[in-house]
Amino acid sequence: MTAVDPVAAGRVTRPRLPITEVRWSTVLAPLGLGALVVLGWELLVDRAEIEPFILPAPSAIWEQVTANAGTITDGATVTGRNALIGMLAGAVVGVLGAAVAGTFRFVDQMAAPVVAALAVIPIVALAPVLYSMFGAAVNTGRIIVAGVSVAVPVYLNTLRGIRQVRAVHRDLMTAYAAKPLQVIRTVTLPTATPYVFTGLRVASSLAVIAALIAEYFGGPIGGLGKSITSSAASSNYPLAWAYVSGAIVLGLLFYVVTLLVELWFSRHHRPA
Amino acid sequence: MSTPAGMEPAISVTGVDRVFGKGRKQVVALQDVDLTVADGEFVSLIGPSGCGKSTLLRLVADLDTATSGDLRVFGKGVRQARLDQDYGIAFQQAGLLPWRTVAGNVELPLRLHGASAAMRKARVAELLDLVGLSDFAKSHPDQLSGGMQQRVAIARALAESPRLLLMDEPFGALDEITRERMQNELVRICAETGAAVLFVTHSIPEAVFLSDRVVVMSPRPGRITGIVDVRADGLVGAHDRTERARDEEGFFRAVAEVRSLLHGTPMPTLAAEGLEK
Repeated sequence: MTAVDPVAAGRVTRPRLPITEVRWSTVLAPLGLGALVVLGWELLVDRAEIEPFILPAPSAIWEQVTANAGTITDGATVTGRNALIGMLAGAVVGVLGAAVAGTFRFVDQMAAPVVAALAVIPIVALAPVLYSMFGAAVNTGRIIVAGVSVAVPVYLNTLRGIRQVRAVHRDLMTAYAAKPLQVIRTVTLPTATPYVFTGLRVASSLAVIAALIAEYFGGPIGGLGKSITSSAASSNYPLAWAYVSGAIVLGLLFYVVTLLVELWFSRHHRPA
Repeated sequence: MSTPAGMEPAISVTGVDRVFGKGRKQVVALQDVDLTVADGEFVSLIGPSGCGKSTLLRLVADLDTATSGDLRVFGKGVRQARLDQDYGIAFQQAGLLPWRTVAGNVELPLRLHGASAAMRKARVAELLDLVGLSDFAKSHPDQLSGGMQQRVAIARALAESPRLLLMDEPFGALDEITRERMQNELVRICAETGAAVLFVTHSIPEAVFLSDRVVVMSPRPGRITGIVDVRADGLVGAHDRTERARDEEGFFRAVAEVRSLLHGTPMPTLAAEGLEK
């Protein structure tokens, strides 16, 4: 019987992202659907002779994408930078807030209605107010809009994660006479970590959308949102759509990166 | 047993009650419990669910507070004993931190109490050798079987060489084969460390095989109904046992005694022996 465990020694491997287990069919099927939709769209615009200001053909949009690749990338960099800074700041605020609310019950009870209210306010609608507070020549207002829209889901998810600490771990920490800060560091935060990143993943596309829409309300030019409005205003609809495509790619980039980070941090949290 | 003698018993419990809830919803988990565990002695608590055996262990560990009565660990109050880290503890769930490696889990108490990196490394190597998991130091808990996880938990409980081990059904979730192997290992480990053990279990053979004395408890209200001294039935002391002890006559005699106490149908002579201790 003693031979059983050493046999397992050969099987011990370094942990990997579960992404390697994804099958090709799960990747190919949605890609195929996407290709079909684009093809149908092209045919529809062509056959029904839809005007470009109503719906430009994918080929026309693609032309604009290739012709303006530089400006689209620049725009994505500006908007992406706002979204990224906002997301990081919002995440820090969300995690710290949740750590405090998780430690002191009354803080949680006080904050709950405020957080609920924050979640309901259309944050982007505050953009004009923020522009007049911080000046329309800087990106601060946009970063704040992105930050607030990230902070809420990160806060809520982190708080849920903090509550997942297992009773046996809590007992263990008591038995070891661990100090409160040690408990937070060794048990509470690691338990909550996958939840933090789930919150971040949910919030990542929100951050991009918030930073983008905030540009509609003023502020410095250069971002994707501004480019969309200005090309639409000058009736260059395929170009507007080209910028929209850039925004989609940017949002996807944020989502995929946060998803990978989330998978990495939860690689040992699968139920044993 | 030539344990370097503490004058004080490892555990002494006198007149302990534990009552949960208030008024009509009141539940008496423990009533008037007296128990002494000598230094280096292995004592099991056995009884049906709800007899308060885990509650008693949690009181000794200072994870819960007695409603009345006195609990001492090596002559100190249980709170002081906990703060001084006088005991190591293992639960039914291994309770390993899934984000730490096996080595990281074993060294956890040492790290929390500020041991140096070199000291931790040496001690972890020693402990993993003791529980036979040296090859798995860098694995994560989710890569181990249930029995291996429990061995890591035991290594962790032994990390600071406590003179007392508290174990709450540590093998409860394991299959019978793994379980017997773990019991053999626990006997060996206890012999090597000389620690006193308070061991909660559901299994009569497990209690008898491991223990010097088996404390039988009954529920509603939780109390001690008898104590079987396994050594009096002709088995050697817990530290000197081998797996062959399971086939000895004294083993079966002790099992029968514990069983009759549990079911409350005393075999006249034997039960009396059990109770008088």
